Amino acid sequence: MSGKPVLHYPNTRGRMESVRWLLAAAGVEFEEKFLEKKEDLQKLQSDGFLLFQQVPMVEIDGMKLVQTRAILNYIAGKYNLYGKDVKERALIDMYVEGMADLYELIMMNVVQPADKKEEHLANALDKATNRYFPVFEKILNHGHDFLVGNKLSRADVSLLETILVVEERKPDALAKFPLLQSFKARISNIPNIKKFLQPGSQRKPPLQEKDIPSLMAIFH
Amino acid sequence: MAAKPVLYYFDGRGKMESIRWLLAAAGVEFEEVFLETREQYEKLLQSGVLMFQQVPMVEIDGMKLVQTRAILNYIAGKYNLYGKDLKERALIDMYVGGTDDLMGFLLSFPFLSAEDKVKQCAFVVQKATSRYFPAYEKVLKDHGQDFLVGNRLSWADIHLLEAILMLEEKKSDALSGFPLLQAFKKRISSIPTIKKFLAPGSKRKPISDDKYVETVRRVLRMYYDVKPN
Repeated sequence: MSGKPVLHYPNTRGRMESVRWLLAAAGVEFEEKFLEKKEDLQKLQSDGFLLFQQVPMVEIDGMKLVQTRAILNYIAGKYNLYGKDVKERALIDMYVEGMADLYELIMMNVVQPADKKEEHLANALDKATNRYFPVFEKILNHGHDFLVGNKLSRADVSLLETILVVEERKPDALAKFPLLQSFKARISNIPNIKKFLQPGSQRKPPLQEKDIPSLMAIFH
Repeated sequence: MAAKPVLYYFDGRGKMESIRWLLAAAGVEFEEVFLETREQYEKLLQSGVLMFQQVPMVEIDGMKLVQTRAILNYIAGKYNLYGKDLKERALIDMYVGGTDDLMGFLLSFPFLSAEDKVKQCAFVVQKATSRYFPAYEKVLKDHGQDFLVGNRLSWADIHLLEAILMLEEKKSDALSGFPLLQAFKKRISSIPTIKKFLAPGSKRKPISDDKYVETVRRVLRMYYDVKPN
């Protein structure tokens, strides 16, 4: 028994990717049990391991945690990536929730109907460059290396993850944001994160359209 | 002198209602600024107080907090409704996540066509009675305590009560088959601060009507059709 957290999810980014990022950034090794077919999900459900019959589920510290936010909040708290007091936590939560909205927008693009895809992506990228990135560029005007409290927090991890996901769709997304560019370079260089960004890590690639049917088969 | 929190939102439930519930349950008086016109909203946008150009926004303790979850987490933490340690917080987060998902299915309800409202109603009731209510009934059964977490009132209890009442507005016998939830509902409803919030004259908002939909669409210039789940 290793005591490492165990992540239960299909072999894809989905809602588990931010958990992988946070564990990796915290330097925590984890195992993954991939759901490959419907029966895998059904077994977890009939074993009573999924409080709301859904994944993500993470086995950690004797708990079977579900609900992405609950999982992320727990990991962030445990590994001191959640600020030093309630006010820092409030800032971190605001930033992280904003980024989650953007991330979800981008991720949902691949499942849009063919005739809506382009418009949807344009809207998502517009939000990235006009709503979200300007906010974080402005925050970094404080001159510190990290978003909150002058130390690494889950907000920094989340922002890097989000930047990379946007750049996958628009490589020059940071063109107008010099502070975000240096932020990206700086955070990517943190040893745990640098390792996660290299081939061979547990980071998952973007979802390909051809993989959607087998994913849907697990859940429907 | 502690200034009261000020809530910026429409005069309706939407994403602000859970915040009203939590403040009320914590016995915290608050003020509200209702968005009624596009001009008002544009003024707010220009003043830079809406970090991501969205409401809800709550002015509290010198901060202009946005993002519903950030606001709720802060209030829960500040008023000791977030458990006593990381593990209790994890449980609370899990339970609140469930009720948030459930109530989330009803967020778009006022914006649906009459036909879609019927569909969505059936969808939500099915999810409540087959997925969510059984989960909370089991939590209460397994520990036999009055509250969901840590044998004391927390945000999870308040949020679950809110969800139960919203479901009962759609199906009055939604709790049939869930005796522990029925007792839970009575028990939490009779907590003085919550009882007060449930009485007429409180800041609790009624079910959103067409006037609310019209206001939101006008203020946000949100004219697209909303689809059911």
